[in-house]
Amino acid sequence: MIEVLAPGPLATVQDLGRHGHAHLGVPSSGAADAGSLRLANRLVGNSEGLAGVELTFGLARLRFLAGAWVALAGAPCPVSSGTARGAGMGAPFWVPEGGEVRLGAPSWGLRTYLAVRGGIAVEPVLGSRSTDSLSGLGPPPLRAGTVLPVGSPTGAGGIHVDLAPPRGPRPAVLRVLPGPRDDWFVPGALASMCAGPYEVSQDSNRVGVRLRGPGLARAKEGELPSEGMVTGAVQVPPSGEPIVFLTDHPPTGGYPVIAVVSEADLAVAAQLRPGDEVRFSSRPAR
Amino acid sequence: MIRRAGEHGLLVETGALDVSHRLDAALRAERPDGVVEVVPGPETVLVVAPGADQGRLRTRLGELLARCGTGAPARAPGAGQGVVTVPVVYDGADLESVARIAGISADEVVARHTGSELVVGWLGFSPGFAYLIGLDPVLHAPRLATPRTSVPAGSVAVAGPYSAVYPAASPGGWRLLGRTELRVWDVAADPPTPFRPGTRVRFEAA
Repeated sequence: MIEVLAPGPLATVQDLGRHGHAHLGVPSSGAADAGSLRLANRLVGNSEGLAGVELTFGLARLRFLAGAWVALAGAPCPVSSGTARGAGMGAPFWVPEGGEVRLGAPSWGLRTYLAVRGGIAVEPVLGSRSTDSLSGLGPPPLRAGTVLPVGSPTGAGGIHVDLAPPRGPRPAVLRVLPGPRDDWFVPGALASMCAGPYEVSQDSNRVGVRLRGPGLARAKEGELPSEGMVTGAVQVPPSGEPIVFLTDHPPTGGYPVIAVVSEADLAVAAQLRPGDEVRFSSRPAR
Repeated sequence: MIRRAGEHGLLVETGALDVSHRLDAALRAERPDGVVEVVPGPETVLVVAPGADQGRLRTRLGELLARCGTGAPARAPGAGQGVVTVPVVYDGADLESVARIAGISADEVVARHTGSELVVGWLGFSPGFAYLIGLDPVLHAPRLATPRTSVPAGSVAVAGPYSAVYPAASPGGWRLLGRTELRVWDVAADPPTPFRPGTRVRFEAA
């Protein structure tokens, strides 16, 4: 069991999401930067899809009521622990019973993932343990005093990797595939979107990264009938300023999607901070 | 037309809700390799299939669309499952305003709301929130100018050409006709909602 002493600005339980229910209005949810959760899980010998904790802008304190192997990946935070030796980013470390893990603010990026050997074992809802900030499915966001159950490590793989050196920030460029509704915009809208740059707005969250910058003018008036939306969709509301959908996005929407961010760059989008500058790049469809 | 929606998504334009429902049913019956989500909308079906061969999937979707577009025997997934009956206590806060806008009595609003069979068009807005189509045109009323900050779960409401049952308490701008005891969203149930695209629905005065 893990007791949350301080969750920081926002901490939630996340796995790889709640899939197969979008037609019932259920968002996919799951880790915004899935690659970092997968990495943290691998470092402690878990299968990649076990639930961990998604910390937003660090600044959290956790106490381990039983000893556990822990790993951290994603936005790099200073890590301290009175009793755990070798506590840090990108390397598995043992936290003894009663030990604490304390994170400072990340030097870059926004979201840090904590995996524990055995996984966070809150009750799954519709096949996932993820907190969905849009619909409220899954466990509520963590608060001081929340106690998280840890699953049995029986059956987990060995711990074979000593260190996955944390990478520096990747360039804030989101590669996109045009469409499905690029024809709802004036010719050149995609080019002007890619000319950018955009600034990440304060209103961004797990639903989407809201951007301020060049407005994208529509060629078609009227309303688009509601249609299915994918993670990474660049949706353009009437203001003309795009929103990049992250994992808690609504499964359907009525504003046209000019382009979709490539899966490889969703992690970049998920690590953008308010105030960061970001650009888009179009590339030929594969 | 089949449009690309990122690396893993294909957005099939069906042009009509009944075609969306038939394609949805065909895809659920067949489940082409790698398909994770099938999301019908009024004029589209989104198919998400990470890792699938997009070329082959596109070809298969084209074949299924051709079959479903010509009124083929594939039936909507909710069809043949009988009708979901929703018992309603018609004491909603907006019953009078809907009656006034329609120029009829509150009793006639109830008679018209219970008088025709509706069909789930699609779900969205929140888990289990079904847009019910086939509402008597006399009852079409605009949304409230100022949405309520909280509408209780089980509220039965109308807005524009749609009716709905609020699956959980949420903010909302639809006009409330009444409330039902029927739970339309329960994550412990399988499926969690009696509604799915194509389900037939009838309201009944409780």
